[in-house]
Amino acid sequence: MTYAIEMLNITKDFPGIRANDDITLQVEKNTIHALLGENGAGKSTLMSILFGMYQPTSGIIKVNGKEVKITDPNIANDLGIGMVHQHFKLIDSFTVTENIILGKEPKTKFGTVDIKGAEKRVAELSEQYGLKVDPKALIQDIGVGMQQRVEILKMLYRDSDILIFDEPTAVLTPQEIEELMEIMRNLIKEGKTILLITHKLKEIKAVADTFTVLRKGKCIGTYKVADVDETQMAEMMVGRAVSFTTEKTEAEPGETVLDIRNLCVKDVKGLDAVKNFSLSVRAGEIVGLAGIDGNGQTELVYALTGMVKPESGSVILKGVDITNASIREHYDAGMAHVPEDRHKHGLILDFLLKENLVIHSYDRIPFAERGVLQKGEINTYADRLIEEFDVRSGEGRESLTRDMSGGNQQKAIIAREMDRGADLLLVVQPTRGLDVGAIENIHKRIVSERDQGKAVLLVSLELDEIMNLSDRIAVIHDGELTGIVERKDTNENELGLMMSGALKKEAAQA
Amino acid sequence: MNKLMKSSLAAVLALGLVGCSGSTPAADGGTTDGGDEGSKITIGFVTDKGGIDDKSFNQTTYKGIVQFAEENGLKEGTDYSYLQSNTDADYTPNLTQFADEQVDLEVAAGYLFEGAVNDTVKQYPDQKILIIDVGWLEDSPNLQQAVFAEHEGSFLVGVVAGLKAIENGSKHVGMVIGMKSDSMFKFWAGFQQGVWAVCPDCIISFDSCEDFAAPEKGKTLAQKQFNNGATVIFSCAGASGNGVIQEGAERRGNGEDVWVIGVDTDQYEQGIYEGSVAEGNEKSAILTSMMKRVDVAAYNACKQVAEGNFVHGVVNYTLADGGVSLPENNPNLTEDVLKTVDEWTQKIISGEVTVDSKAIETDDRIQ
Amino acid sequence: MKKYKASTISLIAVLIGFLLASLLLLVTGRNPVNMFIAILRAMIGFDLTHPEKGVNILYPLNWLLNSMPVILTGLSVAFAYRTGMFNIGGEGQFIVGALACTFVAFYVPLPAGIHTVACVLAGGLAGALWAFLPGFLKAMRNINEVVICIMLNYTALYLNTFMIRNVLPININTLHETVKFPETVSLGSLNFGTASKFNWGFVFVIIALLLYWFIIEKTSFGFSLRATGFNKEGARYAGMSTTKNTVLSMMIAGAFVGVAGAIVTIGVYGYGRIFDAFDNYGFDGISVALIGACKTSGILFGGLLIGLLKSATTTLQRMGMTKSITNLIQACILILIAIQYGIVLVLNMINSKKDKKVKEDA
Repeated sequence: MTYAIEMLNITKDFPGIRANDDITLQVEKNTIHALLGENGAGKSTLMSILFGMYQPTSGIIKVNGKEVKITDPNIANDLGIGMVHQHFKLIDSFTVTENIILGKEPKTKFGTVDIKGAEKRVAELSEQYGLKVDPKALIQDIGVGMQQRVEILKMLYRDSDILIFDEPTAVLTPQEIEELMEIMRNLIKEGKTILLITHKLKEIKAVADTFTVLRKGKCIGTYKVADVDETQMAEMMVGRAVSFTTEKTEAEPGETVLDIRNLCVKDVKGLDAVKNFSLSVRAGEIVGLAGIDGNGQTELVYALTGMVKPESGSVILKGVDITNASIREHYDAGMAHVPEDRHKHGLILDFLLKENLVIHSYDRIPFAERGVLQKGEINTYADRLIEEFDVRSGEGRESLTRDMSGGNQQKAIIAREMDRGADLLLVVQPTRGLDVGAIENIHKRIVSERDQGKAVLLVSLELDEIMNLSDRIAVIHDGELTGIVERKDTNENELGLMMSGALKKEAAQA
Repeated sequence: MNKLMKSSLAAVLALGLVGCSGSTPAADGGTTDGGDEGSKITIGFVTDKGGIDDKSFNQTTYKGIVQFAEENGLKEGTDYSYLQSNTDADYTPNLTQFADEQVDLEVAAGYLFEGAVNDTVKQYPDQKILIIDVGWLEDSPNLQQAVFAEHEGSFLVGVVAGLKAIENGSKHVGMVIGMKSDSMFKFWAGFQQGVWAVCPDCIISFDSCEDFAAPEKGKTLAQKQFNNGATVIFSCAGASGNGVIQEGAERRGNGEDVWVIGVDTDQYEQGIYEGSVAEGNEKSAILTSMMKRVDVAAYNACKQVAEGNFVHGVVNYTLADGGVSLPENNPNLTEDVLKTVDEWTQKIISGEVTVDSKAIETDDRIQ
Repeated sequence: MKKYKASTISLIAVLIGFLLASLLLLVTGRNPVNMFIAILRAMIGFDLTHPEKGVNILYPLNWLLNSMPVILTGLSVAFAYRTGMFNIGGEGQFIVGALACTFVAFYVPLPAGIHTVACVLAGGLAGALWAFLPGFLKAMRNINEVVICIMLNYTALYLNTFMIRNVLPININTLHETVKFPETVSLGSLNFGTASKFNWGFVFVIIALLLYWFIIEKTSFGFSLRATGFNKEGARYAGMSTTKNTVLSMMIAGAFVGVAGAIVTIGVYGYGRIFDAFDNYGFDGISVALIGACKTSGILFGGLLIGLLKSATTTLQRMGMTKSITNLIQACILILIAIQYGIVLVLNMINSKKDKKVKEDA
């Protein structure tokens, strides 16, 4: 058996913590090998070692059977190892080709950059692997899925034989994920080797041949995908039994809490993003808003929370018109909001955890009196939330939020928003980028909020999440409501058609 | 961490030791009393922000000090030195520094030092100080205030201007001042008397920038006066006057027969115009300059201190003692003109002619 | 990566800055030891070349005097920076502070003491108003505050010249300043018999330092300012009024500088004056805030350091180092501060080497 990469008995110590503990990872040539683990399991450290960013405390690395010393990323590149990063490193105003050749520009005999030749080569590669990329398109004009393919082409252009995909599906729509899987299979057909870093079990099941599980820095084992089912994978990853479907009882909807009437919202470019949108959410139910990314969800949420003023229509919360109220007045009226982008909106990353936990009420009794912050009150409150919601961080309430893991950052936001006792919980993409354990926890919280009689509007791009949690599902396409269906009366297929705008259902308003 | 700091400190000290073996401008500042060698004294000169190469008062004053120093074998750095100010707030600390080192004479040039000198004189009653171009401070036994008979010097350049206006047939001259004030009107008085002494029917255009630091205003006023027919302008407006000179130089470069007269120092170099440089013989639009000999004032004060006869109070430098004059070299003036200027100089010195320091404000000949 | 305290890094930057300056002095044929002698003298008034003269309190007093305005301008830059704004308008705010102080000195007759406080407060108010415009335009129209600030610097310069020439009682001898302030306006003299102009203005500096610390660290207002500075969108999402914060923080920043303008005008000059050029206190404030990493204690330290370098200009010149050399020394330190990330990198390298060595030894 020949291995493309072997990382044997790798151990890496950081001051006070062992990030990798005797990990062995062997990736067979010409296969897709998945590396599975929760956030903080040691995946990134292991990859950083492979790319020469860190030196292992002990252990050896072999590439194609030969022992190598990788001291910086260039050496990894020379060995034919390429990484497709989760966050793309592309220049928006450059063309696809220009981005691909950046740093490795082919020269003509006159010493100028041979753009024509490069375009031809990119087109060939695109053809060969079925990537369907236009070499002359500008990055800013192509979608996220295309941009990811450009990142893949970058590696292919540099003759990488071993491709590492770091959480490649986090930013993709279901259709794009399908296409990416196809591309991966093509790559294998053409003789490449793929190492797929992910915590999405479904994807592993769909595309990988073998997988290795890491947990808390330790290697749990390497298995053949065919021999293991998803539930078992999840158990290995988390270390305990995990349920994918959240247990919940039938909803008992009460009176209407949120009433959106004929709302029209423009996006930043001044185009109509939300068109005549009406929806109501009742106490004690979870309404899921499904839709493909970029179909007006973001603008709708902004308008609901007062971050942008709608063009027309109204938003009524518990009988009060809050359409033109300020952001703060929205909160005071009884709205809690878990925002889509936790780094941009949800948190001040350079604040301490405790400061982020009181970000809405820092200037009110008991956290401030006569404009002076009450440190003791804030600390007590923060400690309670951290305990109650199991937010983990290095230095407790005094941790810098930036230093916390994504899952715990999200937990902090959820804790803050849920503890406010608001009647309406507006939850947007609550589990993006989180691992199975964290997702399970957050889903349970959302359902328990519902059971306490709160109205929940869940906006998510993950259809699984919508299906799992919602009592009713509304679908948005191109800014318009394409239908509202009861969860129990629908299926993925029907929702998919509605999301693409192919099917419209009469609004089943209560 | 501590270790690193210690090692960098050690490195600093090591460097210092290396430095010691090199040439060291020793700084045993002037504590030695001037008594031992007769004329051996210590002098401290404080400049404003311009420094000793400002092409103006500071530079000229320092020239006087250097001249005295060279004649008496004083060394720069030990016997005489200068301190350049960063801001207006530095004047007092700089004057204090020299006073603290007990130099024999401190020199400061210009009204900017008025307040700081006044304070230092009182704080250090034994410290002799010369302030140049200021004459209104309270008298004190350790303070000499040097002022100049600007009206006499202005009379002479008025004569030059008048002669030029006759020669080119325009019979029209001009003057641009910085500010309508008593001290400026002293220049104006001398100039009008000088012009009309040689050319009684000459027209004089007269304007004020109302700003000493606005060259663009000076330039605009010069344009106006030249356009109205003036052929010689006496530019008497600090930095605003640079605009007048610039306008004159541009016009000369274009072949117009117009001139500018400089003030305070010899401004010949500032008036050199384009075209003339390329041909290898630099020509200037500066006809001549009305110089205040601040170097003479500085030199004299040094000499007085060395000889032990420092004079306190206001010292007036006039035409008679060379305190105001035309530059030594006047490439743009003919022998005849210079001869006429000499004749008027003699008349003023001998008292045959008195120049009034009050200007005539309204007259048909003033535009 | 190990984390280092901002103060440690600043201290190292200052030390390396002096080292670099020493090197430059060597290259230009001067003795770096003289630099340290001069700085020691400027600091405590002890002249190593004339130890017999002992300590002269004049020098430390001048040092403190020089530090007063730059601490205030440092607080100003830091305050704006904490809210995500760059206050480069210190020069203008300083001048209007001085001008407003001059107006109150001449036209608002009050009893001694109260009159002085009124002058200083007027300076602060004027500085705040002058900073209002860039803050307002930034908040409402997202116009770059740097451009507006710089334009307003010049506006202030010429406005001041105009007012002193045409409105205020001018000193007819020089036409460059007003007549002396009435005697009711004075910050007193704490010169201990020396020629120093050190005065009670330092009380205002201490109040300003405490105020800065209190507002930023202890109040809910400071909390929202810091949130706005770190992440404007996040603060907006949290329901804070980022427009109000932006305007207010600029105004408070301007007030600090305005007070500096007033105390310098009263304490150092005792008359209003025409500015031929900027005094650079505002720009020095940027250096101070940078050295102090926008922390209260850091700003105090940075202000004292820049104040020391300023007051050492005189002694350095006496030691044969011209004004440009003093500026060079200052520049060396600032560059080192600016590249403090580089210092962190080097420290990490040193530490990782040490780690390795320890391991190899083991």
